[in-house]
Amino acid sequence: MAEFTMPSLGADMDEGMLSEWLVHPGDRVTRGDVIAVVETAKSAIEVECFDSGTVKALLVDEGTTVPVGTPLARIGTTAEARPAESRPAGRPPVESPPASTPLVRRLAEDRHVDLAAVHGSGPGGRITRADVEHAEPEPESAPAPEREKTAPTPRPAKPARSDNSTGERPAPGRVKSSPLARRLATELGVELSDVVGTGRGGTVRAEDVRSAAAAEGARRPVIPDAARAATARLMSRSKREIPHFYLSTTVDMAAALEWMHARNRELPLSARLVPAALTFKAVAMAARKVPELNGHWGDDGFVPAEEVRLGVAVSLRGGGLVAPALAHADTLSLPEVMAALKDLVARARGGRLRASQTADPSLTVTNLGDQGVEAVFGVIYPPQVALVGLGRIVERPVAVNGLLGVRPVLTATLSADHRAADGATGARLLTAMDRLLQQPEEL
Amino acid sequence: MNHDQAKAFVRQAVQRVVPGAEFTGLDPGMSLRDTFEMDSLDFLEFVEALAELSGTELTEDDYPALDTWDGCAARLVGEARTSVQGRRG
Repeated sequence: MAEFTMPSLGADMDEGMLSEWLVHPGDRVTRGDVIAVVETAKSAIEVECFDSGTVKALLVDEGTTVPVGTPLARIGTTAEARPAESRPAGRPPVESPPASTPLVRRLAEDRHVDLAAVHGSGPGGRITRADVEHAEPEPESAPAPEREKTAPTPRPAKPARSDNSTGERPAPGRVKSSPLARRLATELGVELSDVVGTGRGGTVRAEDVRSAAAAEGARRPVIPDAARAATARLMSRSKREIPHFYLSTTVDMAAALEWMHARNRELPLSARLVPAALTFKAVAMAARKVPELNGHWGDDGFVPAEEVRLGVAVSLRGGGLVAPALAHADTLSLPEVMAALKDLVARARGGRLRASQTADPSLTVTNLGDQGVEAVFGVIYPPQVALVGLGRIVERPVAVNGLLGVRPVLTATLSADHRAADGATGARLLTAMDRLLQQPEEL
Repeated sequence: MNHDQAKAFVRQAVQRVVPGAEFTGLDPGMSLRDTFEMDSLDFLEFVEALAELSGTELTEDDYPALDTWDGCAARLVGEARTSVQGRRG
């Protein structure tokens, strides 16, 4: 029997909200299948399963926030598989045996409900989440649960379904919704209680808020509080703990751009490259050549990573930053890097990253050149030890072989952790990257 | 395709990449990339969308002309005229 647990989807994640189950008990799953959607403060992330077998039980209800590492589901190996439980398809278990009991206790604490006084309606007289919700005598006077704090003032909800027998009915006085949905509602100026939830039991999901905002045409100022706060925490930690040093070099991009333009002219639009594909690949290959900067700083010092997982800083529309990873970036072909990059950016901005795209980048690259600046000296994402900053490609007078010419040049910088490496090591990484870009056909 | 139709294609293509991009009161000579904060991947997606919507083949050599709303429209209208002449010839 394998446990599917709440994954850590980034260095700044302590807990996550199980937003949506994409499987039901009895479903067969294969390692790599996307089986759930988890929402963090920054985005909704599709989480893949790490085992193959049959889903035995879903331990956590949709809409529940739990710490990283909490068991979410039990998955039986093929040999253990039994026929699906008799529960009607499409309904998750309202409550499951041991693992969910702490959740009910926490809910009871949040709502000041004395469990001893509650009649359990679950199998064997177990107290279910619904029992606790229904035991709430005066919802107006109850303190809001922790995860409701950022929500707009809730108004009594109109339950999307009024089927009492499901046990999924939202309690009066609160709108069942995900953290991301609440954040989006605040940002987009949408009244959460007016949104029709399409999640189980009428839970309002991020997608519902986006649809409601689009329908209203509401385009109000965006204040991405939660995402900003998450970035603020991580960057403050970085500047507090990491003794940064910075290096800079100017890379002649003439050869790389000439090669890229010649290649692009022969290809349809969908297969064309952008300069970032070349520069990112060059950074990844350079990181492999300088393993002292590709890894993580832990309690026992620097731990080199086994592969190059290139973090890519992606600015979100309306503010905030995420840095998902390109796995095996050093060994992918350029078209593969380009395709992966497109997918990564689209998913990051669409709020639907895959879990495999968020885990543990080994070195990050930020390409602020696209926003027009010539150089960027970035802040390292802990626990990584290096960050490469790429500026805008600009035409500058440059001396080549004793002659002055106009060439496209790029300012590449390195921010590095002085605990893990010295200047000479950093210099090797930037020099390696420069050399690789002079031979683009080798990338 | 006239100039106004071409401008409509440009608006639709930008909005496909930047949902909710507001064109009301936009100076047609302003850079689209700067105005809507499109990075290089966004711009490539925009060019793809523009080519698809207008049925026009766009190469990398066209990119400088595609910087502004007016520039894009002029490029698309020029293409339309060329293909009309092409068919007549």
